[in-house]
Amino acid sequence: MADTSLSTDKLLDMYRTMQRIRQFESRVRDIFQEGQIPGFVHVSIGEEASATGVAAALTEQDYITSTHRGHGHLIAKGGEVKPMMAELFGKKTGYCKGKGGSMHIANFDLGILGANGIVGAGLPIATGAGLAAKVRGSGEVAACFFGDGASNEGTFHESLNIASSWKLPVIYVCENNLYGEFTAGKDVTSVKDIADRARGHDMPGVVVNGNDVVEVYEATSEAVERARKGEGPTLIECKTYRWEGHVVGEEAFLGKRSYRPADEIEAWKKRCPLITFEQRFMPDTFSQEELDTVQSEVKQAIDDAVQFAQDSPYPQPEEALDDMFSKE
Amino acid sequence: MPEMNFIQAINTALAEELRHDPATFMMGLDIWVGAFGATSGLTDEFGAERILNAPISEAGYAGAGVGAAMAGMRPIVEIEFASFFYCCWDQVCNQAAKLRYMSGGQADMPITFRAVCGAVGSAAAQHSETVYSQFMSVPGLKIVVPSGAYDMKGLLKSAIRDNNPVLVFEHLKLGRSREEVPEEEYLVPIGQAAVKREGSDVTIIAIGYMVSQALKAAKSLEEDGISAEVIDPRSLIPLDEETILSSVAKTHNVLVVDEGHLRCGAAAEISAVIADKGFDSLDAPVKRLAAPDVPIPFSPPMEKFVLPNDKKIAATVKEMLG
Repeated sequence: MADTSLSTDKLLDMYRTMQRIRQFESRVRDIFQEGQIPGFVHVSIGEEASATGVAAALTEQDYITSTHRGHGHLIAKGGEVKPMMAELFGKKTGYCKGKGGSMHIANFDLGILGANGIVGAGLPIATGAGLAAKVRGSGEVAACFFGDGASNEGTFHESLNIASSWKLPVIYVCENNLYGEFTAGKDVTSVKDIADRARGHDMPGVVVNGNDVVEVYEATSEAVERARKGEGPTLIECKTYRWEGHVVGEEAFLGKRSYRPADEIEAWKKRCPLITFEQRFMPDTFSQEELDTVQSEVKQAIDDAVQFAQDSPYPQPEEALDDMFSKE
Repeated sequence: MPEMNFIQAINTALAEELRHDPATFMMGLDIWVGAFGATSGLTDEFGAERILNAPISEAGYAGAGVGAAMAGMRPIVEIEFASFFYCCWDQVCNQAAKLRYMSGGQADMPITFRAVCGAVGSAAAQHSETVYSQFMSVPGLKIVVPSGAYDMKGLLKSAIRDNNPVLVFEHLKLGRSREEVPEEEYLVPIGQAAVKREGSDVTIIAIGYMVSQALKAAKSLEEDGISAEVIDPRSLIPLDEETILSSVAKTHNVLVVDEGHLRCGAAAEISAVIADKGFDSLDAPVKRLAAPDVPIPFSPPMEKFVLPNDKKIAATVKEMLG
């Protein structure tokens, strides 16, 4: 089954990243429900492979834009779990000093131009990052994560048109998890495959199994190569599924009103990105023990991150007035 | 000193700044040809790679400007008519204005948005608005409204060099107005008002094109023995409160004139600042003269009716001091 040219180091890195996302998100879900995290959180359990496979095909200098469901993208692009967790807690030690929270984590040193609370807002921003790379000839690419819901926003079409017209080095990654908030994509979307919309903008549109990290990685690598050669953008649609609700704790306001069938959730859980990986690479490439070790190392890192966030101080209230304008 | 008109001032400022910093580039609708002439000829020197003719896609290219700014460039984004800002409200107000703050100060946002504004003559409500007052209540933006060629050039250059989002509103009626503009380089700092005319009886604070109307009114008031001081805030955010308040302390009477709408407009904010911080200097309530709260009408007599002008300014002052 281990039919890939990827090195075992690379594969193990990707597995570690997926574990990190799964465990970060699971912990966030749990401690949010305990009341430790203010506001609301969107977790990406079940979607680990798309974030991981895309980011694994990028360099540290490359850019990403993310979404309200962005923890996984940030972790995959190299975000440290401690300042991420602290940001979710609203602590001073968070990536954004507590000014952003779950939906708005950014780290510009890692090329992470931010999660975003507005559906579809990352699309033109990623397009602009690609434009910057093209205008100055510096060679980076921008990968833009967005969901099936965002593909119905005007900014999706405006961005794809601009990027295709100007041959910008952008990889548009639609994580199609079948639901936009509490509405099934099939009820409000004109196409079955979002990737078909690439044709309207004269760029390649590719559908991949979004739960297979290797498949995502390979498709992204190809798109990155095109982008770096100046051949323009690609739209990749990762078919995937979110195991949890749109927001953690949505039962509190949805009550018993349901918007997706239980057997659908169960069927997708069988297509878990981690199990998909394990079935493919164990025991030929990795032993159970090796993967277990990764899992327990990650658990320790997440424990430490939660501890760090809990121990960190809140910002002083008047720090609310800082960071408005650059003084330079 | 050589003279140039308002449009030439924009063109010169853009060319100088594109020369000054290779990270600077432009995006906008019709900028190759230059719909109003402000960008004409720039492609000859800077090429189509730095002067990007954008599709009619405000959210797309304004958002791309935000992304490019975060990725280290200094985009100048032209929105053609200010009313088209409504098509990219999210990109300006939710993204450009907020992302520095929301990221805990990580990102500079060196982006300049330019738009023509104001009523130019029967362009009707969707091409005649000033729009800047709506942005005044969005923290994170700087807003400049030049009233002549000298300030236009100096303020636009400052806007482009600023590491924050700056919105520059260019009144189209000023297009052919001429002023002396030095040949050597200069900047007009953002946040500094100008005393356009000194006077002792009343302070007229006027914005953008209304500065020319206030100066005309001041001249006619002089014949009636009223000495009017005319203040041009030049930038609405940040607002130079000191210059405004010291003028009020001198004249004790204030009229604020704006072509934008009365309700929650720029004149309302300036009046509130004076009431709040200069109340003891006032002999009478602060008076506002602005467009009534209707969309700017198309038909010439109706358009003339809603817009402030020199005669309305002079009449209002006389009423105030009468």
